[in-house]
Amino acid sequence: MSATTAAKKKLSVPFDYDKYLRPGKLPHIWCPGCGHGIVLKSLLRAIDKSGLTKDEICMVSGIGCSSRTPGYVDFNTLHTLHGRALAYATGVKLAKPELNVIIVTGDGDALAIGGNHFIHTCRRNIDMTILVYSNFIYGMTGGQFSPTTPVGALSNTSRYGNIEPVFDCCDLAKASGATFVARGTAYHTLELERTLLAAIKHKGTSVVEIIDECPVYYGRNNKFKSVTQMMEDIEKNGTVSVKQADKLPPEKVQGKLLRGILHQVERPEYCEGYEKLIAKAQGKG
Amino acid sequence: MAGNKVKRLIQGNEACAEGALYAGCRFFGGYPITPSTEIAEILSVRLPRVGGKFIQMEDEIASIAAITGASLAGLKSLTATSGPGFSLKQEGIGYACLAEVPCVIVNVMRGGPSTGYPTGPSQSDVMQAKWGTHGDHPVVALVPSTVPEILSETVRAFNLAEEYRTPVFILYDEIVGHMREAVTLPEPGELEIIDRAKPTCAPEEYHPYDTNYDVPPLAAYGEGYRFHITGLNHREDGFPTNDSALIEEGIKRIIDKIEKNKDKILKNEEYLVDGADIVVFAFGSSARSARFAVNKAREKGIKAGLLKPLTLWPFPEETVRKAAKGAKAIIVPEMNLGQIIYEVERCAKGVEVAGINRVDGEPINPAQILEAIEKFS
Ligand SMILES: Cc1ncc(C[n+]2csc(CCOP(=O)(O)OP(=O)(O)O)c2C)c(N)n1
Ligand code: SF4
Repeated sequence: MSATTAAKKKLSVPFDYDKYLRPGKLPHIWCPGCGHGIVLKSLLRAIDKSGLTKDEICMVSGIGCSSRTPGYVDFNTLHTLHGRALAYATGVKLAKPELNVIIVTGDGDALAIGGNHFIHTCRRNIDMTILVYSNFIYGMTGGQFSPTTPVGALSNTSRYGNIEPVFDCCDLAKASGATFVARGTAYHTLELERTLLAAIKHKGTSVVEIIDECPVYYGRNNKFKSVTQMMEDIEKNGTVSVKQADKLPPEKVQGKLLRGILHQVERPEYCEGYEKLIAKAQGKG
Repeated sequence: MAGNKVKRLIQGNEACAEGALYAGCRFFGGYPITPSTEIAEILSVRLPRVGGKFIQMEDEIASIAAITGASLAGLKSLTATSGPGFSLKQEGIGYACLAEVPCVIVNVMRGGPSTGYPTGPSQSDVMQAKWGTHGDHPVVALVPSTVPEILSETVRAFNLAEEYRTPVFILYDEIVGHMREAVTLPEPGELEIIDRAKPTCAPEEYHPYDTNYDVPPLAAYGEGYRFHITGLNHREDGFPTNDSALIEEGIKRIIDKIEKNKDKILKNEEYLVDGADIVVFAFGSSARSARFAVNKAREKGIKAGLLKPLTLWPFPEETVRKAAKGAKAIIVPEMNLGQIIYEVERCAKGVEVAGINRVDGEPINPAQILEAIEKFS
């Protein structure tokens, strides 16, 4: 069976998203063509495959368009402050390690205002799954440049072209100590679903950067003609899967972002470490 | 047996840690800062012994966030800090006020602004406690002035936080925080411990901001109630709203829950205030000097008294009004350039109100207060 027929077969089974959506909370706030909703669908399918119950999941977010996700889903949900989702999530997780904590955060939320929490959460290797929605822009505030906006790109605060170099979210996560680092896109929905499932299953801090699109602010500012063009140029043609990358000549990989699981190692997890500390403090260790 | 109780010579910050453990605190998130650090150090040792969790976060913003998250997961939670850290926590404090998340925040006050005088005492964050975070919000702040009081007020802070589903501040100056006094540790059951009300309804019917209550019950994450919490103005079901009537109703409710219950939240100590000509309104270490000065004045035949609030916010308006009636003057010593004096003036119309202030990192001494008492007598 070829990869495409396998994909078709999977798609032919209708997935019941309603099982995970809160009744009466739609329509969502996202603009037509926004990638955030596509990512949510991949996430819900991954959660379904994980076998976790809705009661076992706590979804935490910061502030931004992407961070509105928890309001729509039927889990334990916490919509916090701009940049601080990981710190709130750390409190929830350490207080109740049996919860499976998933964080939804924008590139601005995670890497600019929340950058400090991002690196320290990765360093602790606390068992949480962090989804960073990289759309190269601050969507919620109306299109200012973010730490992922490419050099030269236009935004409402970089009218002469952005002069700031970008953060590579995955490199940053790996260097900070995250034990699972991956990248996906809103274009490759089935691959994203698999990546997210692996991230959720991984014990330790998992970071998944998801390249998606903000047609309204990034798209218009940078003269993309359509959402389709954006998705094809940035997500499809601007990335290459790690598996393909090995087989391709270097010039075909040059300048492209890698998709798939980029890094996975085992290292003591924070909450388990704390349980050992408790045993030691109580003279049982 | 009461007679067998252990008296221990402990530091103010140690008393705070003891009080927190006694109250059932099981989570501490903090970042080291003088002069509050001992609280973190002690709890890093003691919390795991009772199965609790201590985490040193990457900064104070993360600390207030972590304790809010832990509280929503069901644990009584504490953070302790000082001036610069208190400034950093402000946005998170507002979040906990609006989202109605019980937690306790200790600010051991040091000289400011900025890094200021890290090892010097101060009482200059009292207005910051009231107005530091943006937007209209409820404030409860307790101001112990002795080491035993730090213990009992810490227990009371947790009780108030749990009962009213709101952040509660404990503010004391570096002098009280680092002073050692004999404290009789309370035995289990000796002091009342209040736990937050939990929902008893079916999960489908649960609304985290149910308007049928002044203080709605709070479920914990992971216990079958899949509720939503946000820092946006929300409806009673916890989801954001743009409905102007609901926005105003929500803000008024979080303020009213404190206003309506003021009688239960306020606590003052009145020392020779009845019929006093000169009333000294003082809190924290300034109240210690004030008591000494009042005694000296009485020896000299001056009818002086001390009104010492243990709850500073909400402000004890009625008590000050009553004390002002018939008094010639009210003296307000505070280690700042005049903050609480305006609250006192507001409640003591027609009576002379005079401040004694210093910001040199030295305590206000009894002689300064006595001099003022004599001047107005
Ligand atoms: C302390 C603070 N500063 C600024 C803001 C304003 N703000 C809200 S969302 C946002 C950026 C959102 O961008 P991103 O995190 O990339 O998410 P997106 O909206 O693109 O999904 C900003 C700057 C805020 N809410 N709080
Ligand atoms: S502004 Fe951009 S990021 Fe926000 S919902 Fe619209 S398209 Fe999505």
